[in-house]
Amino acid sequence: MDIESLIFYLLATLLLIASLLVVFLRNVVHCAMALVTALLLIAVLFIILHAPMIGVLQVIIYAGAIMVLFLFVIMFLNPAVLEQQRGIWWGFGTILASLLAGLLIPLLGRDELPTDPVAATELFGSPEMLAKSLFNEFVLPFEIASVLLLVAIIGAVVLAKRGHKS
Amino acid sequence: MIVDFAIIFLKAALVLGMVLNLAGILGWIERKGSALIQDRIGANRASIFGFAGLGLVNTLIADPLKFLTKEDFIPPSGDKFLHTLAPCMALFPALVTFAVIPFGDVLNLGGRTINLQVANINIGILYVFAMGSLGVYGIVIGAWASNNKFSMLGGVRGSAQMISYEIAMGLSVIGVLMVYGTLELQEIARGQGALMRDLLPTWLTFLQPAIGWLPAWGIFLQPLAFLLFFTAAVAETKRVPFDLPEGESELVAGYHVEYSGGKFLMFFAGEFAEIVTAAGLVTTLFFGGWQVPYLLRDGFHFPWGATLLLPHLAVVLLQVGAFALKVVFFCWLQILLRWSVPRFRYDQVMRLGWKMLLPLALINVAVTAVWIVAAQ
Repeated sequence: MDIESLIFYLLATLLLIASLLVVFLRNVVHCAMALVTALLLIAVLFIILHAPMIGVLQVIIYAGAIMVLFLFVIMFLNPAVLEQQRGIWWGFGTILASLLAGLLIPLLGRDELPTDPVAATELFGSPEMLAKSLFNEFVLPFEIASVLLLVAIIGAVVLAKRGHKS
Repeated sequence: MIVDFAIIFLKAALVLGMVLNLAGILGWIERKGSALIQDRIGANRASIFGFAGLGLVNTLIADPLKFLTKEDFIPPSGDKFLHTLAPCMALFPALVTFAVIPFGDVLNLGGRTINLQVANINIGILYVFAMGSLGVYGIVIGAWASNNKFSMLGGVRGSAQMISYEIAMGLSVIGVLMVYGTLELQEIARGQGALMRDLLPTWLTFLQPAIGWLPAWGIFLQPLAFLLFFTAAVAETKRVPFDLPEGESELVAGYHVEYSGGKFLMFFAGEFAEIVTAAGLVTTLFFGGWQVPYLLRDGFHFPWGATLLLPHLAVVLLQVGAFALKVVFFCWLQILLRWSVPRFRYDQVMRLGWKMLLPLALINVAVTAVWIVAAQ
């Protein structure tokens, strides 16, 4: 086994442990921190796949911004209240997870999976390539996504203002 | 192979050692400097066998010893595990960010070309922001795990402030990235070795006698970006005038009110390491990094035609020395700032971040874009 697969299996094991902790830990803040760990490990996976840009963006956006806001909200709410409502979602989550597993497990046995890792060129995942595909090929979806986010922001502001008046 | 590893290890040890030592020395400069500003004597009690030295050596030894031998108190109703983890999460990002900051050009030694930078990754500046965004966890988790209302308020203030100023900080750098056309900090530092006369477009050649001799440092090309970045960087270090998360007159000590001993020392050292990192970033992005004006790889080439050739080792030493001097200057400037201005009110902090820095940074990006197109 070469050193890259060794690192991969180590990371994958840690990632699985972190993800399981997200589900099974009792304290919501602990769950959030386990999720942060999982996101950081995914970032490392991106980096060993020669896509450091995506890995670092993963850290900036998910681990650095979104999860901080999650924690922000969790700390303002009372975690004990969230604890009681958890039981309802267990059944639903189990059904969804088994459906996903049913889709994924048959894929493992197939022969036509690419045996070579993706032939990564020097420029793959570089800022230049990302910018080129984002602002040439996919400029319309990109702009639509940003307008969608803008709508969400304006909606949030409107809701906050309405609550403020009454 | 082994030599390569040894070189990487040496560079990492050198940079980490410099950051930690400078952080320690800054702790002393802060006390002595504040005493100087407030017309007091300052820290002068520590002495070993009656030898007080300049106060520096003893303070460097006595301070950590005192911190490490104090009781490590964990609030009984707090979260033991996260309470212990939080100081590490606060210190770690502050220490590793310096890895991408170049402290010199290249060193040719025994047939090897050594890049004087610990980690040369082509997305250097994004790595800086990634580590900066992880710095919030130390505060938020430390505040929550203490199970104290003062801590909690400090943590909430801190996270809101850091997220707000991260955005302004990121946007203010974009102008610099556009001018030098790279995300790599070593390339940005190299780009600042040019002179203004190389960059002036043809329709501005009449300005050449006036500003042609200036080095193409970020401060001359992006002055507004420097002000915005420096303000945001000071806000990210959470020191006066942005020390709302600690605010001792309202929150006792904010997010680290329940910390003592070695763990408090880690928060404390993290804060000073952040100062050093902020100074390193300001130096690299706006003040030429390791560049000495007119010093090329073989010696000085002055704009009036004179040259002074220097041996390779002297050039490298000059560059590293210039970098260290600039970093120390900006550390000192931050400490001077901390003891000169009063604390903002919380709404003023938020207004400054969102209503002034953010729009100004956006305007800077737009103006820079127009300039780059016009200069072509």
